[in-house]
Amino acid sequence: MKFPLLPDQASLGAGEVDRLMLLLLGVTVFFLLVTAGPILVFCFRYRRGNRVNRVLDPRGGFRLELTWTLIPLTIALGLFGASAAVYFRQRHPPEDAIEIHVIGRQWMWKVQHPQGKREINELHLPAGVPIKLLMTSQDVIHSFFIPAFRMKQDVLPGWLTTQWFVPTKTGSFPLFCAEYCGTDHSRMVGHVTVMPRPEYVQWLTTGVQEESPALAGERRFRQLGCSGCHVGQSAVRAPALNGVFGSVVPLQGGRTVIADERYLRDSILLPNKEIVDGYAPMMPSYQGQISEEELLALVAYLKSLGAGSAGNAPGVAAPVFAPASRQEGGAP
Amino acid sequence: MNALPATRREPPEEANYLSAHTLRSWLLTTDHKRIGLLFLFGIIGYFLIGTAAAALVRLDLVTPQGDLLSAEMYNRMFTLHGVVMVWFFLIPSIPSVLGNFVLPLMIGARDVAFPRLNLLSWYLFMIGGGVTLYAILAGGVDTGWTFYTPYSTTYANPQVVTMVAGIFINGFSSILTGLNFIITTHKLRAPGLTWFRLPLFVWTLYATALILVLATPVLAMLLLLVAVERFWGIGVFDPAQGGDPILFQHLFWFYSHPAVYIMILPGMGVVSELVTCFARKRLFGYPFVAGASVAIAVLGFLVWGHHMFVSGQSIYSGFVFSLLSYMVAIPSAIKVFNWTATLYKGSISFETPMLYAIGFIGLFTAGGLTGLMLAATAVDVHVSDTYFVVAHFHYIMVGGMVLAFMGGLHYWWPKITGRMYPDLAGRLAAVVTFIGFNLTFFPQFVMGYLGMPRRYHSYPEEFQFYHILSTAGASILGVGYLLPVVYFLWSLKRGKRAPANPWDARGLEWTVASPPPTHNFHDIPEGIRPPYDYPTPATPPFTSPS
Amino acid sequence: MNDPGTRSGGGAEGMEPLHSHFASREQQREATTLGMWLFLATEILFFGALFLAYAYVRWSFPAVVQQASRHLELVMGTINTGVLLTSSFAMAVGVLFAEQGRHRAAAKALAATALMGVAFLMIKGSEYAAVIHEGFLPGFTANLEPVSRPGGGYAGLLSEGGGPVPGQEELFFWLYFVMTGIHAIHVAIGVGMLTLLAWWMRKPHPASRASLNTVRNAGLYWHFVDLVWVFLFPLLYLAGHRFQP
Repeated sequence: MKFPLLPDQASLGAGEVDRLMLLLLGVTVFFLLVTAGPILVFCFRYRRGNRVNRVLDPRGGFRLELTWTLIPLTIALGLFGASAAVYFRQRHPPEDAIEIHVIGRQWMWKVQHPQGKREINELHLPAGVPIKLLMTSQDVIHSFFIPAFRMKQDVLPGWLTTQWFVPTKTGSFPLFCAEYCGTDHSRMVGHVTVMPRPEYVQWLTTGVQEESPALAGERRFRQLGCSGCHVGQSAVRAPALNGVFGSVVPLQGGRTVIADERYLRDSILLPNKEIVDGYAPMMPSYQGQISEEELLALVAYLKSLGAGSAGNAPGVAAPVFAPASRQEGGAP
Repeated sequence: MNALPATRREPPEEANYLSAHTLRSWLLTTDHKRIGLLFLFGIIGYFLIGTAAAALVRLDLVTPQGDLLSAEMYNRMFTLHGVVMVWFFLIPSIPSVLGNFVLPLMIGARDVAFPRLNLLSWYLFMIGGGVTLYAILAGGVDTGWTFYTPYSTTYANPQVVTMVAGIFINGFSSILTGLNFIITTHKLRAPGLTWFRLPLFVWTLYATALILVLATPVLAMLLLLVAVERFWGIGVFDPAQGGDPILFQHLFWFYSHPAVYIMILPGMGVVSELVTCFARKRLFGYPFVAGASVAIAVLGFLVWGHHMFVSGQSIYSGFVFSLLSYMVAIPSAIKVFNWTATLYKGSISFETPMLYAIGFIGLFTAGGLTGLMLAATAVDVHVSDTYFVVAHFHYIMVGGMVLAFMGGLHYWWPKITGRMYPDLAGRLAAVVTFIGFNLTFFPQFVMGYLGMPRRYHSYPEEFQFYHILSTAGASILGVGYLLPVVYFLWSLKRGKRAPANPWDARGLEWTVASPPPTHNFHDIPEGIRPPYDYPTPATPPFTSPS
Repeated sequence: MNDPGTRSGGGAEGMEPLHSHFASREQQREATTLGMWLFLATEILFFGALFLAYAYVRWSFPAVVQQASRHLELVMGTINTGVLLTSSFAMAVGVLFAEQGRHRAAAKALAATALMGVAFLMIKGSEYAAVIHEGFLPGFTANLEPVSRPGGGYAGLLSEGGGPVPGQEELFFWLYFVMTGIHAIHVAIGVGMLTLLAWWMRKPHPASRASLNTVRNAGLYWHFVDLVWVFLFPLLYLAGHRFQP
């Protein structure tokens, strides 16, 4: 029977987390020795009946208290700093990361690559390339957990969450759902397969070819009638959407918000939550009419709209806002 | 007529709080000592139920496919285990059993401030438990003790509301106990018993009571919201309605993190009593230990977000809660160092309570240090929702709190029952418990870092080795729990009669007979001595009253 | 029964029985007063969770909250505020009379307080009836089964074309019913308590249960309940009535 001690280290970040863990383990062992050691020694030496010197120092122990408060405090602050640095890197994906969509539902994971290829309970990845997962759930909270990458992130219904990593080791690694989600929670498992980059490209082009999310999103955009208000000449004033993703949007009431994936998604489902300044609350909600996949596709389409694309007739419904430099607007 | 040797004839017992025998005298009692015993009977019953559920879970996990139970049954069992152990065993254990019994004696009072509220607290505990049991029998709940939405409000089976109602009722039991303890400590201390002359157990009960009264109302309201959401389908927590499942998590953990301090602080107080008595030495750094207890209670309210590092909360929340979680470890460390220093140049003996106390210090320190690992956000991202977390909190709740409860029970058993138990049997049980505990839970740290997720009914084969170790340990742990039941029951009939102060301990509770008379003290004590004033070679016995 | 009972006071008026575990009446009084303050602290945490939920809804959907608030019965709410504030005045007067030893007057003042509490509840009841009649009772289904919901909301609440999304007004009205409902339960408990106290104090030499300390503690509770309303009223009723130039 095998008993592994450490999971595979299959991503750039995995090594960092393991080193941090090693540091913490060292601190743990140190403090255990520093307490268990003296306790054991005292239990032997000062056993009742042993004739030893028990005369106590009458001076108070204030300096001792101060010492063993400040030293752990310093160590704790140091540990916080070390972990905060790693955590900061974990939460800031690079701009050129490949975006893969993940949708969790009871009790399976649905994955879609940017070219369109879909998988269920499997995730094929190229080695050496930053990958960003854009994730949501169709029903309850799940959690996408890849131990070999030391990464997990909850997926929530109605929300977009992200996580990112750079796979470094080829092979097949377990994938688990890590938030209890119902009867078959323990069956919501799968594999992450990391392959060299050329193989990944080849894998993408084999098998059933599907529409890319962005194309599917454009199709839906027209089908649902969004272009009726948001594109070209229209009787209804609606904000133009060229370059909207990543731009700074002024809202009614003076606030501004960065148009990230969450904002785009909320604008479709809850259009009166954050109304753009200068526009009337006229957009109907599409709640209940669009599935999670279609929402992700629409968001992918909107992200693909650079400034000046998608046919905006000059002089009509000009963008109220200027697109800021395209920042990483990842969900929290 | 007496063929028995003279030594077998025992003098008749003096009238004490156990003398009245009618059912009415028990069910309508306002005596804190009897109420403590009533709570003891209750929590033993719930503990049996919770342990049975744990046994089924651990047996099922011996094989990777989970052959013993169906998935639904397994999910209900781990939920049952969590709900019963947290709310109906651990939270009431030391405060409502040992605290109720000992607190008024320790401060020289005849009872708690509101004895009738105390009895009401017990009834609410029993009724809440009854409602929860009904929910279990009527089909059970499979949400986990954490009831995350939207699973619990939309998708889980209808017994959620019943179980939530049981916990809601029980919450008021907690609040009333906390209220009673705070007022009792403020107002009913004997003359001359200033705050800094109180035993540490009183300080920790006070700190626990603060958490009980301030955190539980938030839970009560949250449970109400969950029930209303299920009945009327309105979603404050439902994203389909624009609601927010993270709001549920914030409200839930705002109560449940302080709740875990309810489940350790009283244990720390017991350990302070045990270490001083069996090392026959004053507590080192008394003001620091007292202050650390209150600091733990206060800081405990500020760290709830460390349960939500991967929930989708913002990165800034992650930083803030990580930093605060490191801070909350410091007062606990201070206590451990002070206990260690108390042993220095003491005169140490190893009766059963002391074994449990030493076990507590080791296991609590280990478990607390793994808490530092969890406070590191980057590490927590990896081990959150795995067996690593399960091991961490069991080290503290079982290795810490349960061991402290056992230690306290063995320490005050002579006072409560007037009987001694065989110490050798007690030591054996303590050692068996310690071994069984470590075998059960240490492999879970390794498993968790490997990636074994929590609440899994079936799992990949590579984890089986550790699961087998864990289940083997659990069976040994079960023996460790069973042994005291045997010899405690034996002691009630055949144990030696206990003197007022069998351990030669300091403290007002040892100045009254074992078992105590109904009104505790004939006269309210005066001329209070400093706490733990055990004589030492260098310091003469304390003489001046001042 | 193990409780050896209580020792009655001497002939002086307003002497409550001294329970045997207390060393003196003063200790007993201080304990019960501190107990009431502590209980009120727990109530702040209890209501606090609801205020937090309100803050979340208000922060997320400010326009919706404003709009929904306009459908509440502002006139009734304002009258109720007046009633409750006046009842607190009557309570304070009752405490004053009790301090002066004028027990029958105090009993009348407490009865007046309780009556105003009843009036509050009755006005609130008719307010609920009005709001429900206009169709704003959220999500009421005939058989109270949990509703599983793949993505729809409820129809019929302010869902004109282009208007707010079905569902969010329900959040507001649900908060309204739960917050004012739980408050009303507390008012009802207070009414019961005060009625009992007034009954005990109605004789010139009052039954020893209705001591000055008890009256004072009841006053603390009543003023607290009033204070909660003082926060509820503007948050719920005035959210939509901002006067804009």
